[in-house]
Amino acid sequence: MTCLLRRRSCCFKPDAGAMLKKGITRRRLLASTPILAVGGFGLPALGRSYRGSLPWEPNDASPPIPVRAGAWLYFTADEAAAVEAIADRLIPPDDSGPGGKQVGCAVFIDRQLAGSFGDSSGLYMSPPFANGTPSQGPQSPIVPKERYRISLAALDDYCKARFAGKVFVALTAVQQDQVLSGLETGEIKLNNGDGKLFFETILANTIEGFFADPIYGGNRDMAGWRLIGFPGARYDYRDHIAKHNQPYPLPPVSILGRSDWSARD
Amino acid sequence: MAMKLPPKDVVIIGLGWTGAILAQELTDQGLDVVAIERGPWRDTANSFNIGYAPDELRYGVRLDLFQRPVQSTLTFRNSGRETALPIRQWGSFQPGNGVGGAGVHWGGQTWRHLPSDFRIRSHLTERYGARFIPDELSIQDWGVTYDEMEPFYDRFEYLAGISGKAGNLNGVIQPGGNPFEGPRKREYPLPPMQMTYAPTLFAQAARSMGYHPFPSPSANLSADYTNPLGIRMGQCTFCGFCVGFGCANYSKASPQTSVLPVLMRKSNFEARTECEALKVNLDRSRKRATGVTYVDGSGTEWKQPAELVLICAFAFNNVHMMLISGIGHPYDPKTRVGSVGRNYAYQTYSSVQLFFDDKNFNPFIGSGALGQTVDDFNGDNFDHRGLDFVGGGTITCQPTNGRPLAQLPVPPGTPRWGKRWKEEAKKNYLRSVGFASQGSSYAAYANYLDLDPTYTDRFGRPLLRMTFDFPDNDIRMSNHLVDRMEPIAKAMNPRQYVANRRAKPYSVVPDQSTHNTGGAIMGTDPKISAVNKYLQSWDVPNVFVIGASAFPQNPGYNPNGTVCGLAFLAADAIISKYLRSPGPLVRT
Repeated sequence: MTCLLRRRSCCFKPDAGAMLKKGITRRRLLASTPILAVGGFGLPALGRSYRGSLPWEPNDASPPIPVRAGAWLYFTADEAAAVEAIADRLIPPDDSGPGGKQVGCAVFIDRQLAGSFGDSSGLYMSPPFANGTPSQGPQSPIVPKERYRISLAALDDYCKARFAGKVFVALTAVQQDQVLSGLETGEIKLNNGDGKLFFETILANTIEGFFADPIYGGNRDMAGWRLIGFPGARYDYRDHIAKHNQPYPLPPVSILGRSDWSARD
Repeated sequence: MAMKLPPKDVVIIGLGWTGAILAQELTDQGLDVVAIERGPWRDTANSFNIGYAPDELRYGVRLDLFQRPVQSTLTFRNSGRETALPIRQWGSFQPGNGVGGAGVHWGGQTWRHLPSDFRIRSHLTERYGARFIPDELSIQDWGVTYDEMEPFYDRFEYLAGISGKAGNLNGVIQPGGNPFEGPRKREYPLPPMQMTYAPTLFAQAARSMGYHPFPSPSANLSADYTNPLGIRMGQCTFCGFCVGFGCANYSKASPQTSVLPVLMRKSNFEARTECEALKVNLDRSRKRATGVTYVDGSGTEWKQPAELVLICAFAFNNVHMMLISGIGHPYDPKTRVGSVGRNYAYQTYSSVQLFFDDKNFNPFIGSGALGQTVDDFNGDNFDHRGLDFVGGGTITCQPTNGRPLAQLPVPPGTPRWGKRWKEEAKKNYLRSVGFASQGSSYAAYANYLDLDPTYTDRFGRPLLRMTFDFPDNDIRMSNHLVDRMEPIAKAMNPRQYVANRRAKPYSVVPDQSTHNTGGAIMGTDPKISAVNKYLQSWDVPNVFVIGASAFPQNPGYNPNGTVCGLAFLAADAIISKYLRSPGPLVRT
């Protein structure tokens, strides 16, 4: 087998026909020698070779796996209660609709922590860890599931010391808001030193749980989407694009569909 | 010990837009081509399945389609005085992964650079004098002109089915298009997209102030289209899951929609996925590449010999590959000597957010490149005399989506949580809109890429180290654009608007743009450029380095139109020049 480019003397003819012919000759050459020479070298299945067609097979896709209701996968019962209480202060129930607890933010966070988000398995977590400038981004070696465990315990330690032995869930709403504000501003320091970072993490995750597709365990009944008027996982707005400044008429829909479409919930 | 494979004519590192275009062109010549792709195979039916593509958490937040930092990342610092630390999770930019590369997750804005952009140092010197260019800037000419690029821009626009309105046809200004653009030989292949409400109001306001708004050129298709390869694509449905997502509709141009269905059927093309190129192998002279060493998903190393090596990965990965392989001379910011890593640049954004009481924008109706742009303050489209900066940018109203985890604007002073936040989020979601300036990022001597001394990837190779901060010039430029944007915002008559000005230091945390450029820049002088005007390495002539890595600085436009134009230019040079006489195409 020779390479066109290596055979300099005849590697290129300006005549397109001659070139094409050479190409065909070459392809025949390839066909007669082992095309999957790579296979002959025992290329393992993890490195994939594609040629000759689009490698499409029906149902060869990776849909998301719906979260199932039921026992907590990561949280202890006490941790779950604290996260539900926090979620309900971050996004409280009111006349406009349910709060973070009712829509399942704690379920969402529990399932996220039990998965690849929880252990930062997709992130660069190699040492050395050093404190950088804010511009350099997060540098903590503590992964989210550890951060929740450590910080929730430290939060209750703080509350017990500050509020006569009461843990966070036993505080009044006003007291809970005071504690959360203190974490947000950094005025309240948890004994692991990361109260502000924990606040940012649980705020982001609660908002995710409120507005992510219900398939992940939060946003129950698409309450988050109904609150603001987001139609969800729709895929075609061509019939409305020219209707400037007019409300969109259809209700939201999830990747799972809608409860009034089928028996699935 | 790497096992040696049978030789190929051409090995391509990375199967995104540029790799696919080069493979398509070179296989047409009968060459035997293999592409080595780090990530997985992706196609529309399976990977961007319409049943679950509209999933904001998976794609928009957890970044499922992107490179995993655990695979490889960069280290970052604002200046050479700091110690660089790894970017442990993506924020400011998000490099793609897998077949299609950034062509999967891009938004589809498809620009040509201005004629003056390609010879910026010469142009500014001629118009304002050499002393007008700030000392901190290392901006330079590209070595290629707009006129030379025109046919290659055209090739890409017709391959992808770009929707737009020409503003300059053969030198004649066209109503409805961008009057500042360079002359085109023919119209866009498709008419502009239908407009949503917010860009329509923006264009009215901008026009009332004497500016020249026009529909942004878009790779989201305004109508069904059959491209020159015979591949059919469909009309965009404005789903609002575009930037960061794969298109389930075959209506955002990508290698998947525009090239692969033809390329993959060729017997002289092979794609090897989940295979990561470790380095380009050089012979003893260090002036000739012998092929590529890569490792497959099982950890087995292979040597793929080839006559021609095309580095077609993402911009900074191209630079990493050159540095790891010892191709060219690394740039040293102290002496300003060396070419590889030089002139890393980015993009300089600022924005205005408007809040209305009486309007419903339906922000979820959108696509990645659907909007209106004002180009009056880009590049040198306006007289810089009396101003204290060079460069400029587009001003664009282009609401790409209404996904709540990305778009939940509340007025300043609103708490970030609690009852008030919930009320304001509900009140403003449908009634707020923003527009932005996409400013140029002009190369500076202090901004560069090299290899990190401490942190390594999973194969033990040094990570690429990015040293970058916004040049003061670019901050002044960006502020000038905001000063022009605020009156447009006022003219749109909102209840309230908020200007978000760009400030130093640059941070890798907030999402800004994946328009990373430079580091393996093109030019006419091998001392200050890594590749010649055909994107051929000055040092190893059977290596071509193709991508935004070749931009000497980044103009105020999205890069992909020029990236793919350069891919066609490089393919043309290889076919019409290199195959006739393999060797350096430009003599020095």
